[in-house]
Amino acid sequence: MSSNNTAPAPTGRRWVWFHRFGSPAWIYGFSTRWAPVCGWIAVVLFAAGLYLGLVVAPPDYQMGDSYRIIYIHVPSAWLSMSSYAAMAVAAGVGLVWHLKVADLVARSIAPLGAMFTFCALFTGSLWGKPTWGTYWVWDARLTSELVLLFLFIGYMALSAAIEDRRTAARASAILALVGVINLPIIHFSVEWWNTLHQGSTVTQLGRPTMDTRMLVPLLVMFLAFNFYFAGAVFNRLRGELLHHERRTRWVQELAHG
Amino acid sequence: MLNRPAPFPDENRLEATEIECLRGFQSLFRSLSLAVEAGVGLQVRGANGSGKTSLLRILCGLALAESGSVFWNGLDIRKSAAEYRAQISYLGHRPALKGELTPRENLDVLGALHGRRPDGRRIDEILEAVGIKRRHERPSRTLSAGQQQRTALARVMLSDAPLWILDEPATALDDPGIGTLRTALRGHLDRGGLVIFTSHQPLLDTGELREIRLPGTHD
Amino acid sequence: MTDHDQASSAQSLWSGFLSLLRRDLRIALRERNDLVQPVLFFVVVVSLFPLSVAPDRQLLQDAGPGIIWVSALLATLLALDSMFRPDYEDGSLEQLALSPQPLSLLVLAKAAAHWLASAVPLIVVSPLLAMLMQLPGNATGVLALSLVLGTPALSLIGAVGVGLTVGIRRNGVLLSLLVLPLYVPALIFGAGAVQSVMISQDPTPHLLLLAAFSLFTLAVCPLAAAAAIRISLN
Repeated sequence: MSSNNTAPAPTGRRWVWFHRFGSPAWIYGFSTRWAPVCGWIAVVLFAAGLYLGLVVAPPDYQMGDSYRIIYIHVPSAWLSMSSYAAMAVAAGVGLVWHLKVADLVARSIAPLGAMFTFCALFTGSLWGKPTWGTYWVWDARLTSELVLLFLFIGYMALSAAIEDRRTAARASAILALVGVINLPIIHFSVEWWNTLHQGSTVTQLGRPTMDTRMLVPLLVMFLAFNFYFAGAVFNRLRGELLHHERRTRWVQELAHG
Repeated sequence: MLNRPAPFPDENRLEATEIECLRGFQSLFRSLSLAVEAGVGLQVRGANGSGKTSLLRILCGLALAESGSVFWNGLDIRKSAAEYRAQISYLGHRPALKGELTPRENLDVLGALHGRRPDGRRIDEILEAVGIKRRHERPSRTLSAGQQQRTALARVMLSDAPLWILDEPATALDDPGIGTLRTALRGHLDRGGLVIFTSHQPLLDTGELREIRLPGTHD
Repeated sequence: MTDHDQASSAQSLWSGFLSLLRRDLRIALRERNDLVQPVLFFVVVVSLFPLSVAPDRQLLQDAGPGIIWVSALLATLLALDSMFRPDYEDGSLEQLALSPQPLSLLVLAKAAAHWLASAVPLIVVSPLLAMLMQLPGNATGVLALSLVLGTPALSLIGAVGVGLTVGIRRNGVLLSLLVLPLYVPALIFGAGAVQSVMISQDPTPHLLLLAAFSLFTLAVCPLAAAAAIRISLN
């Protein structure tokens, strides 16, 4: 914790930045400032996206209104994948450069990523009922999401099972890195398996050819999800920082001041 | 008995600076510095739970210190890890013997892992020196705790490493066993080796012995 | 984590690798339980499946490759913990980590020994299980081949999982949670190879993908497992 004070004097602008980024108190202040900003932007975008998606966009000529769940489903699926990648990057940075803040970022991302994954699965199965007549179909994308959910759960279970927080962060970082390089392979193998067994073409969510009035709300919702994600990560990071740094002076001053 | 081996280089030196070690959120010790040169034994003292084992594990590179560095001949051991590992032999709480294998087989493998495969005659000599006779050629799990500790000691002696890091090497040893251990330690220091150890018993004469005491609640 | 080792020559690397491989095999031969139990588990699990459905020839043929492959995953998983746990408990793992030789190479030796002792018996009995599942003769050969190509990946990925969990008491369920999702490609390509030969298609693409996956794990997993062990020992 105090290693930042005892480390050799940094040289050059990059190291100043790097050092500031490694300072928990500075990151705490930064997150406190930006969490509500991201949150409010997300609220506005959510409102706009839902209005555009549920009211303005026309119904699909094949699926009717049920397609509208893509405004939740597709951004969730995107975010679930990219948050696993972000988590792995943060964990890797923490592992290689011994940057505690990066470990905490990875730790903050994990439950959010799992939530997005679950959201994608849940909305996918809701959409499946009117489309395929059943809540669950072994569609390639849904299957990949299911495996991704297992990966998130494994990550969280490992980091919860190890008592020492630093060891937990480093061990789960290894797992996240192994997971993230395996993810494309898993994705590919599931696609491969799916094309072999499905045979007929299945209507997929979020086809590339979309009416502009349908596409714009999707992009707005995608932005809303991203801002929500950023705000939520900042908020969770604040909690992790306070817990992790609870014995340091700046947290004590914050608590008593 | 053992023929006299070649002396180690005089300039060997282990140095640790400003080591801090945490257990959970509790600081076991901080700003701890120490140095050991060729021919010197360092006894680490402290109460139970004061972090003696943690310190030894940090010194041999198994555990990471919260802050601070360890240098072998001026090089940070994290930067030259493989070279450093070739210079040390560590005896931990557990003897690192496979119960299914005989002491001889155990030493054969551990020797090979430490660099080169030791020749059989040397293993026999060393086993005999620590009091494990040929008739004890049976699975290590049938040996007593003391005999296992003697075998572990034999492994350290076999390694030909200049720096010995021994965590409670006298555990489970009887009086003759402790005598053997003393002889081994003295022989190693005479050869220009370095020893860092924890023990509740006096194992070295004061002339060659240095002490460091870890802060603790009592003792 | 940097296991670059300029100090020791290639010859001593090889001798360390071989000594460790030989040691683990010798232990496995003296302690035959570890050798026999996963195979028995494999056979028992596969023979439970017909009892849970119906001894219908078509049904068994359809599900057979998948059932055998899933059972192989579970049998491997059962044996995984013995890869590093005894070494962790008796202190040998510390000695491996303190060896001047690259830990990733030593991990590879241990994974190879583990594969020889636990997966090869599975491959040997697989024709028997193919018979129980009423698989035709040509599928039997492909099944054995798919296990030969795929089980190394299971051992190697398993090494990472065990390396991560070896310091945790009662880690059985956690280990399966970490490792099983990563086994998905092996399962898909392995079972797919057997299925494709049964519908008179060429199993080669599956087998090649399976081999590629195993090679990929060979490149990545020893390094990851070595890093995991160093962290677990901390």
